[in-house]
Amino acid sequence: MQHSSSSHVYPDAHQDTYSKTLFGFWVYLMTDCVLFGTLFATYAVLRTHTAGGPSGHDLFSMPYALTETLILLTSSFTSGLALLPSQCTSKYKVLFWFGVTFLLGASFIGMELTEFLHLVREGNSWRRSAFLSAFFTLVATHGLHISLSLVWMIVLTIPVWRHGLNSTSFRRLSCLRLFWHFLDVVWIFIFTVVYLVGGIHG
Amino acid sequence: MDEHISNLGVPEGANHGNLKSYVIGFLLSLVLTLMSYCSVVYDLLSGWVLIGAISFFAVVQAVVQLFLFLHLGAESKPRWHLMTFLFMVLVIGIIVFGSLWIMANLDYRTM
Repeated sequence: MQHSSSSHVYPDAHQDTYSKTLFGFWVYLMTDCVLFGTLFATYAVLRTHTAGGPSGHDLFSMPYALTETLILLTSSFTSGLALLPSQCTSKYKVLFWFGVTFLLGASFIGMELTEFLHLVREGNSWRRSAFLSAFFTLVATHGLHISLSLVWMIVLTIPVWRHGLNSTSFRRLSCLRLFWHFLDVVWIFIFTVVYLVGGIHG
Repeated sequence: MDEHISNLGVPEGANHGNLKSYVIGFLLSLVLTLMSYCSVVYDLLSGWVLIGAISFFAVVQAVVQLFLFLHLGAESKPRWHLMTFLFMVLVIGIIVFGSLWIMANLDYRTM
């Protein structure tokens, strides 16, 4: 949306509730990035410390990781579509796109838990080596964020379903959408640093 | 801006993107993901060139999503979102490269 006409509703830009809330949430996202930064640093340092156990190359399935990545990328896309002005005309359109996002997010977390379960059953849990401790800490922290935002998505969409979209629910959903996009950006780096670098031959 | 969006408490000038920016962002991300994936799985490159290439693809994809999905470039001045973002990048740079540097040095000295 381009706005050539200047508005005088808010004399000082960024001072309305919507802008302030989204900026506050953005600052939280930046601190969350720092959290992931420390976990990435830990993983990068401990990546080769397998204590005689399996390395990433032995454990990771590339097509499986790619499938997870594509599912999460698609869900990031659908969560963005949900709040486009053309979709906000009807609560059912918004709910449909968040429903699609929820199902994709749930499939992603299902795949991740299946992978974890498989690793632990084969004796490759976080207790096996420093590499696996760092792997589980990094990937599961991301997974925990995804799981919590799925719960958040349910909590936010129920009032929309019952009472329709208003400025409060729209503002909250905008934060959620920002969070969901952010989690996909973090996953790009997990996919690259953990799975792709881990899967390199030799 | 459409009337109903203003009614939802969104100030004029706030950018929510449009269908076009989302579709372009999605397609670019898809292509970049597949490029990284193929260069690893089909051994198109090797060694540090490969690591450099997939890191580059990841950073480009992050930038694509930051601008087209998170609308980082769309805010009006003063650009607080961009400033806090750049500060975060600085902090992460120090943490990640600092840790790798120190630990590699420690490794070297205790060999």
